Amino acid sequence: MKWALLSDIHANIQALEACAEHATRQGVERWAVLGDLVGYGGDPLPVVERVMQWHADGACVLQGNHDAMAVTPPQAEGSLGAMTAAWTYQQLPPHCRRFLAHLPLSQRLGHMLLVHASAHQPKEWRYVDNERSAQQCLDAATAEGDNATHVFVGHVHEQTLYYQGTGRQLMPFAPTPGVPVPLPKHRSWVATIGAVGQPRDGDTRAMYAIYDDALGRITFHRVPYDHGAAAAAIRKAGLPEFFASRLEEGR
Amino acid sequence: MKLLEPGTLIDGFEVGRCIHAGGMAHIYEVQHAPGADGKRRESEFPMAMKIPRMTAGDGAETIVSFEVELMIMPSLTGAHVPRFVAAGDLNRLPYLVMEYIEGQTLDHWLEQPAPLDAMAIARLGAAVAKAAHSLHKQNVCHLDIKPANVLIRPNGSAVFLDFGLSCHAHFPDLLAEEMRKAVGSPIWIAPEQVVGVRGDSRSDVFAIGVMLYQLATGETPFGEPATTGGMRQRLWMDPVPPRKRRPDLPEWLQEVILRCLEPEASQRYGSASLLAFDLANPDQITVTARGKQTEGTGFWTHFKRWLRAAGKQYQPSPLPSRQVEEVPIVMVALPHYDVTDATLYSLREAVGRSLGIRPGARLACVTVISSGDTSSTDSERSETTVHRQHITRMRQWAEPLDLSNHQASYHVLESGDVADALLKYAESNNVNMIIMGAATHGLQMQRFVATVPIKVAMEAPCTMVLVKQSLPFEALAQ
Repeated sequence: MKWALLSDIHANIQALEACAEHATRQGVERWAVLGDLVGYGGDPLPVVERVMQWHADGACVLQGNHDAMAVTPPQAEGSLGAMTAAWTYQQLPPHCRRFLAHLPLSQRLGHMLLVHASAHQPKEWRYVDNERSAQQCLDAATAEGDNATHVFVGHVHEQTLYYQGTGRQLMPFAPTPGVPVPLPKHRSWVATIGAVGQPRDGDTRAMYAIYDDALGRITFHRVPYDHGAAAAAIRKAGLPEFFASRLEEGR
Repeated sequence: MKLLEPGTLIDGFEVGRCIHAGGMAHIYEVQHAPGADGKRRESEFPMAMKIPRMTAGDGAETIVSFEVELMIMPSLTGAHVPRFVAAGDLNRLPYLVMEYIEGQTLDHWLEQPAPLDAMAIARLGAAVAKAAHSLHKQNVCHLDIKPANVLIRPNGSAVFLDFGLSCHAHFPDLLAEEMRKAVGSPIWIAPEQVVGVRGDSRSDVFAIGVMLYQLATGETPFGEPATTGGMRQRLWMDPVPPRKRRPDLPEWLQEVILRCLEPEASQRYGSASLLAFDLANPDQITVTARGKQTEGTGFWTHFKRWLRAAGKQYQPSPLPSRQVEEVPIVMVALPHYDVTDATLYSLREAVGRSLGIRPGARLACVTVISSGDTSSTDSERSETTVHRQHITRMRQWAEPLDLSNHQASYHVLESGDVADALLKYAESNNVNMIIMGAATHGLQMQRFVATVPIKVAMEAPCTMVLVKQSLPFEALAQ
């Protein structure tokens, strides 16, 4: 079965649609959204409605830190993220807020564990951005005695595969977009699947991944989308210019 | 795992006789087991099943090697690897079913009582180098090339066996670890592998050099060290020149072997296709002091290199397919009749530009003559004479080019079909770029007959540059 793994959409409907179309062409049968549907971007409502539709059709949807923040926006205007959270709150009708508020933080599906941030104390929203944090995440995923072997996470906006080499520590591996990588089930893996709606590595294309559990392999994808339209939506909404320009530069 | 009885059924395969019982694995003949209706599905090719000898007490390394092979083999294509058929679940029963290939491993030639002659060694070496190039283009480095892992088919081409230590640039390297260590077979391991660099395609060139050394002299260039310290010797030590051990060996072969065995990867052949090219054209090899020497390197030189090697930092390996592209073989087709000075001038300009930005790129000048141009009876038109004339003409043409950073060679092909001869040459020598003149004559016919350049362009196995003639001083004549 082919799973589309999407995360960190950040209210970018253009990027989400491009990835969805790409994944459909690849013959994806199941969908998983690993959180951060909203925040930063100019189209929270279309994104949430689209994901709610998938959810009704059986998709696995998780909550991210930006979703939690949009449901209970912080009172004081601290970070830029907090500012858009208040705006996002205004854009969402109550049933959408309820949907976001009741999403789980992680979900176990057979040998897979899906979680927005690190599986180690998911509520703390820790980044999985190096070998050590990946190990911590993997330890947490295997600690409860249920031995999830394949841990898929979002939150860091980059695509990296952590695996066990012959040494003690996990090793990072930078995947090549579009090349299927074997993920045999007798080994443990932690994959950060990247951001659909806000790439930050200088490449404007959206990121997501397809995991084929029958063949045991994962393909990290980069998909071009109309980032000009996504930036225009942010400007039209009157959100900070920085969020618009970073989509145009992929930074 | 115990030896299996013939007739044992495993996941739809029926095990036949054991054809190899190695230290790491058993290999059996297999065929598809009969279905429910009693009929047996015929396979397109004979098959073999490899079952690792793993027991609970075995080291992790055996298991990891098998995993690496399971990961990489299904992704490989081409005539130089056995075709992959199926793999068993590692948790239940690990096995690998692949194409069974007829042939003999290189060990067979090493076990010959009489040493091989230079041309036979070159043929074997060129076959292995071509096979290695095919892997490198797929971004895989074998990293364990040794006589037992190289099978020569009856047609003379080479096939690699055992990808247990290989490295695929697009897959996570299961044999990597943060504390880098030597992974390889002590006799053939390249210096950079000794210090834990995995994934340099030129490591395979080194291993081929060791095998050539063995075929030429019957001895190993660096012995068979049992410790990492012993293996580190090859970071600074030159082997005894093969011609010291076997004086009748031609200088060109020593030149090739010692170039493969250079301690620094950047001093070796930049790609296995360049090595194959030299071995296929021994008469075109430029022999340097390296090929002529019969005395080994002196103590002081070794001592200085030893000091340097002790403090050396190693860079990560370049992507194999990119490394191959860095040192392309550029082929220029030089017409020898009905050709204007302007065309020859423009061809030279185009070649100069293509080579200029690629130090190490190799130039092959090729001309095609018709088979009727030579004669076996008329000494004026004997093959040697005619070929020499053409080669001299090509050398003169190349004279103005700056070839200080490039090897160049000149080839006369005899064929009635020019396009076909050029295409075959490009294909069999792994040429990366063909440069030829766009047709200037027979323009009226062009609408009806595909011209030579068009035919080559349509079927070329690589990039092609069609050169339009233009002389810088042409305008002055008007």
